[in-house]
Amino acid sequence: MQRGKFDMNPSEKKYSILESALRNSFESSLSRSSNELTKVTEARLLAYEAFRKTGLPGRLNEKWRNSKFDQVSEQSYEVVSSKPTYTQKVSEIFQCSIHGFTTQVEALLNGWYYTSEKQTLRTMENGVVIGSIQTAQKEVPELFERHFGKIAKYNLHGYSHINTAFFNDGLFIYVPDQVHVEESIQLIKMVNDTQKLMINSRNLVILGKNSHLSLMHCDDSVNHQSSMINTVTEIFIGENASLDLYKLQNINNHTFLINSTSVVQQRNSRLKVNVITLNGGAIRNELNVDLQGEGAEADLNGIYLMDKKQQVDNQVFVNHAVPNCNSSELFKGVLDDESSAIFNGFVLVGRDAQKTNAFQRNNNILMTSTAKVDTMPFLEIYADDVKCSHGATIGQLDHDAMFYLMQRGICKRDARLLLMYAFAAEVAEKIDIQPLRVSIEDMVKKRLRGELSICEKCVLHCSTPDIPMEFEIDMSKI
Amino acid sequence: MLLNINNLHVSINGKEILKGLNLIVNEGEVHAIMGPNGTGKSTLAAAITGRNGYEITQGEIWFKEELINEMLPNERANKGVFLSFQYPVEIPGVSMTNFMRTALNAKHEFEGLPILTGGEFLKRMEEKKQLVEIQAKLNNRSVNEGFSGGEKKKNEIFQMAMLEPALAILDETDSGLDIDALKVVAKGVNALRSNDNGFVVITHYQRLLDFIVPDFVHVMYDGRIVKSGGKELAFELEEKGYDWLK
Repeated sequence: MQRGKFDMNPSEKKYSILESALRNSFESSLSRSSNELTKVTEARLLAYEAFRKTGLPGRLNEKWRNSKFDQVSEQSYEVVSSKPTYTQKVSEIFQCSIHGFTTQVEALLNGWYYTSEKQTLRTMENGVVIGSIQTAQKEVPELFERHFGKIAKYNLHGYSHINTAFFNDGLFIYVPDQVHVEESIQLIKMVNDTQKLMINSRNLVILGKNSHLSLMHCDDSVNHQSSMINTVTEIFIGENASLDLYKLQNINNHTFLINSTSVVQQRNSRLKVNVITLNGGAIRNELNVDLQGEGAEADLNGIYLMDKKQQVDNQVFVNHAVPNCNSSELFKGVLDDESSAIFNGFVLVGRDAQKTNAFQRNNNILMTSTAKVDTMPFLEIYADDVKCSHGATIGQLDHDAMFYLMQRGICKRDARLLLMYAFAAEVAEKIDIQPLRVSIEDMVKKRLRGELSICEKCVLHCSTPDIPMEFEIDMSKI
Repeated sequence: MLLNINNLHVSINGKEILKGLNLIVNEGEVHAIMGPNGTGKSTLAAAITGRNGYEITQGEIWFKEELINEMLPNERANKGVFLSFQYPVEIPGVSMTNFMRTALNAKHEFEGLPILTGGEFLKRMEEKKQLVEIQAKLNNRSVNEGFSGGEKKKNEIFQMAMLEPALAILDETDSGLDIDALKVVAKGVNALRSNDNGFVVITHYQRLLDFIVPDFVHVMYDGRIVKSGGKELAFELEEKGYDWLK
């Protein structure tokens, strides 16, 4: 009787190109980080073991069933990149042109904290500590150890393990109790190398009690080299603190991006997330929100505008563990050509989480018959006094509305743009910082007009938004 | 001659609705089209404005001496054809300002006129709003979203005033209006009447014609105009109904 492949000797097991590369370079990667905290080294070893067991997620895994990330495993990436030397000012690479809006820019180049300063971790006047996560584990080890590896614990998979085992650097932010950070912090993650890189970067953001921060997390590719960006961000929001998190994604069509953000929220804390996905070969956004304290609120929103063969995958998990928390999810997307989108929203309401309000909505417009959406809004509820809803729609542009607009003399192209823009605007309107909202609305318009399809630079910086008319944005130029 | 419809046959999904309709509208004229339900009045409006799915199988529609059978809806609109919708469409997310500005810019571009500045445009909005007694701020409201039935119809006339079409088709503009709103709408229409434009007023009821007095009244039945006359024909219909015409 023939047993075939089931008899295969484990030592002969064939690994994919990426998996082999990672297995072959773990030792050297680990030795590079020999002066790390014991806890970090332990975490790396454990994660590596977990990765060896699970391997890379494939299409047999429910949460990766429709994902294009199976293509990643057969790519040859440089998995351990060396630290780039500082040659150019960040401001020489990027000119911020958002009107009336300045940010404090922090940059990662190929996953490494990028600065001209000798000092890679700074304490600001208001007590905010910001800089390289590598430096943070040496200089503020207690803070670091209290949260590192403890927040990103849900929905782990091969890539999360790889991140922990291999991460080279990333951004660390600590906002002390009572500090309201006035200026937004903007993290620009740039990729620029002649090699195909796999970049594992790790961020840790800690907000003390009653503090506030708004953080923009921008993923940009600077050239057309294909790369695999694998980012894990851990965020702790203390009691009564609030975080506005904007994620802007505009990477080239050859690049794969996993942007996994895990958040722990304490009592009465507030989180607002806007994920704006404008361009990218394949993008997977993971958002795990753990509501641990009563009265916490999470408002999670996303826009995605994809075309060609691009794919965006939004995986959202909200854990309602305690009573009286609110969460809402609104993800909207327009899909053109042969692009595809996945939405997987999972809200878990534990048995103690009475008086929970949890809403989920995912709306999609398919512009062509070849565009594709897989949507799965999902609730699992063990408490009996809750208000939850979920829903998804997939449709085309409203024909009646198209005719109405055209009857008023508006050409088909503009009528389509107006309707697509109107569809996406519901999410953009939720952005509180007015100049940022104007810039993002402008980017959305440009994207819909097809002007952002060749993006070699960060959209935030290459775009020069039209000066808005005093009463609102001038759509007449579309 | 503004509009000249000659032997028009129109089908929807292969079913013939208009069966050889003739109609001539000159500048300065108001034509009322009446008739029972299902005789093709709204189909006529859709065919003139170029709505998808209304197939012209025979006949011609001439507008300002130009054959418009094959033209796109926006091309007809830019030439001066306007439809006041029986059921105005709600478009969430598209503000009235952006909508009107885009429409007006398209018209100006077509006519080779300079684009209005933001200030000029807003001034024009304010003027025309007063014409139909719209008090509400339209600027940040989405097109027709959350508008009452009366507001929607006023909004149609407001748009007509903004765009100043050569030919306006009012498709049951009186339906769903109370008498006060009806008077406001009629006042707006009358203010826009001139020797240069024409109106086609589709209605079931003579009531509207008390306020918008037509030069001609046509009765449609089974896809054709079966009787035409002056405004007194409307009174006759109100009295006798449509049965005597079948």
